[in-house]
Amino acid sequence: MAVSSADDLQHTPLYTLHGELSARMVPFAGYSMPVQYAGVKAEHLHTREMAGLFDVSHMGQVLVRGVQAAQQLEALVPMDLIDLPINKQIYSLLTNIEGGIIDDLMICRWEEETFFLVVNAACKINDLALLEAQLEGLTVELLEDKALVAVQGPKAVTVIAAIFPESQTLTFMTGCHADFDGSPVYITRAGYTGEDGFEISLPGSSAEAFCRELLDFEEIAPVGLGARDTLRLEAGLCLYGHDMNESITPMTADLQWSISKARRIGGSRPGGFTGAEVILDEMDKGTAEKRVGLAVNGRAPVREGAELVDVSGNSIGRVTSGGFGPSMDAPIAMGYVGTSFCSLGTQIHAMVRGKALPVTVNSLPFIPHNYVR
Amino acid sequence: MSDTPEDLYYASSHEWVKPGDDGIATVGISDYAQTELGDVVFVELPESNSQVSARDEVSVVESVKTASDIYAPVSGEIIAVNELLNDSPETINSSPYENGWIFKIHLSNEEELKELLSAEEYRENYED
Repeated sequence: MAVSSADDLQHTPLYTLHGELSARMVPFAGYSMPVQYAGVKAEHLHTREMAGLFDVSHMGQVLVRGVQAAQQLEALVPMDLIDLPINKQIYSLLTNIEGGIIDDLMICRWEEETFFLVVNAACKINDLALLEAQLEGLTVELLEDKALVAVQGPKAVTVIAAIFPESQTLTFMTGCHADFDGSPVYITRAGYTGEDGFEISLPGSSAEAFCRELLDFEEIAPVGLGARDTLRLEAGLCLYGHDMNESITPMTADLQWSISKARRIGGSRPGGFTGAEVILDEMDKGTAEKRVGLAVNGRAPVREGAELVDVSGNSIGRVTSGGFGPSMDAPIAMGYVGTSFCSLGTQIHAMVRGKALPVTVNSLPFIPHNYVR
Repeated sequence: MSDTPEDLYYASSHEWVKPGDDGIATVGISDYAQTELGDVVFVELPESNSQVSARDEVSVVESVKTASDIYAPVSGEIIAVNELLNDSPETINSSPYENGWIFKIHLSNEEELKELLSAEEYRENYED
């Protein structure tokens, strides 16, 4: 639960370890979370070259179980869950009646009628209320005693396979159950950095021992929220509350791939999710604005909130995420522009401290994804 | 622990001032400030030959994380800026008191130095 006073911040099961690792802690979505350890740039580059360890236990882990769980969840998200194989995970969106994005989430089928969801920390209370209100006769359980640890980077597989041999056969967006010192864990090959990697859900009581074991590998360094943000920006991934919100639709956010073929017009089960009318209409007719990548031509970072203008100075959009990409060694940003400005290579300007800085509409991701498919 | 040289003056906004014998002072940001900012990736240098008053915003230091305004700790004319920072802004992290200086200013009123903090006062200020 989000609270304002620093004293009331919640701690993840790894709080003590963060202190030992000299993390700089900041309030984030009601939790005291590590923003950095060695430094954002070093942690970012280490993740791309070796492997980073991230505490993402603040995120909401939810189990949805019961009769017709797939059919009922399909009423809330535009994905094909009925045909989703067991141990397969998909990225999806909770949408409102206007087609706006309430949250983005991961959905993994554990069993025929059991789904494991990972939702954003800041959205979890709202999401839970929505799931409980909309899913009739299903059990919706927030797994509050679970930690979530991400291990991301080219060396992640070496480390995770050494601890969990069964993880070696996983491909991107698949998962398996495993065991750590007698505790049940669930491993998915997924993440939020664009790199190969894993997310491990395990009991909070085992999380510290697990992370200490990870840190014993020379490939692994702890990475905070600062580098998590620069990594996902280079990977062109949206951050909820910044690049997505309740007034931005999936098509505006350029997330048409998050709408299954089966749920589109002409598919086997078209529509039937909240906001389908708006979203499917936009798939057909297009949107007024689109999310785009922005390469900044100079060295000055262009940050969230900067206005985007055309070459004549007319307002055409805004930056929703921006900063410095350590692997790009350049400032990069994402934002929304009028659809007539979204072609790659379009020259526009970002207003920074009263100056119009030249930026170029760039393809996303900035750094190619290294998923193992 | 941050390094806070004894022979400098400090502003509560984290700039340091090193007065020379010729009425010209060198200005940069403290070790504490560069640590707080993290990896510096861009410095918007002040304009040379511009007249500034104490507490004017004259420059911006941007790190991976955030942008931070730099204020003139004293009044005068900016006579030089550290062009090295255009190509190597990270020098502010590696050498905040030497190679990472930001600008030199011809003081218009040396009395203003007395309004700045000593190293000891500055340490007390940020350690609170």
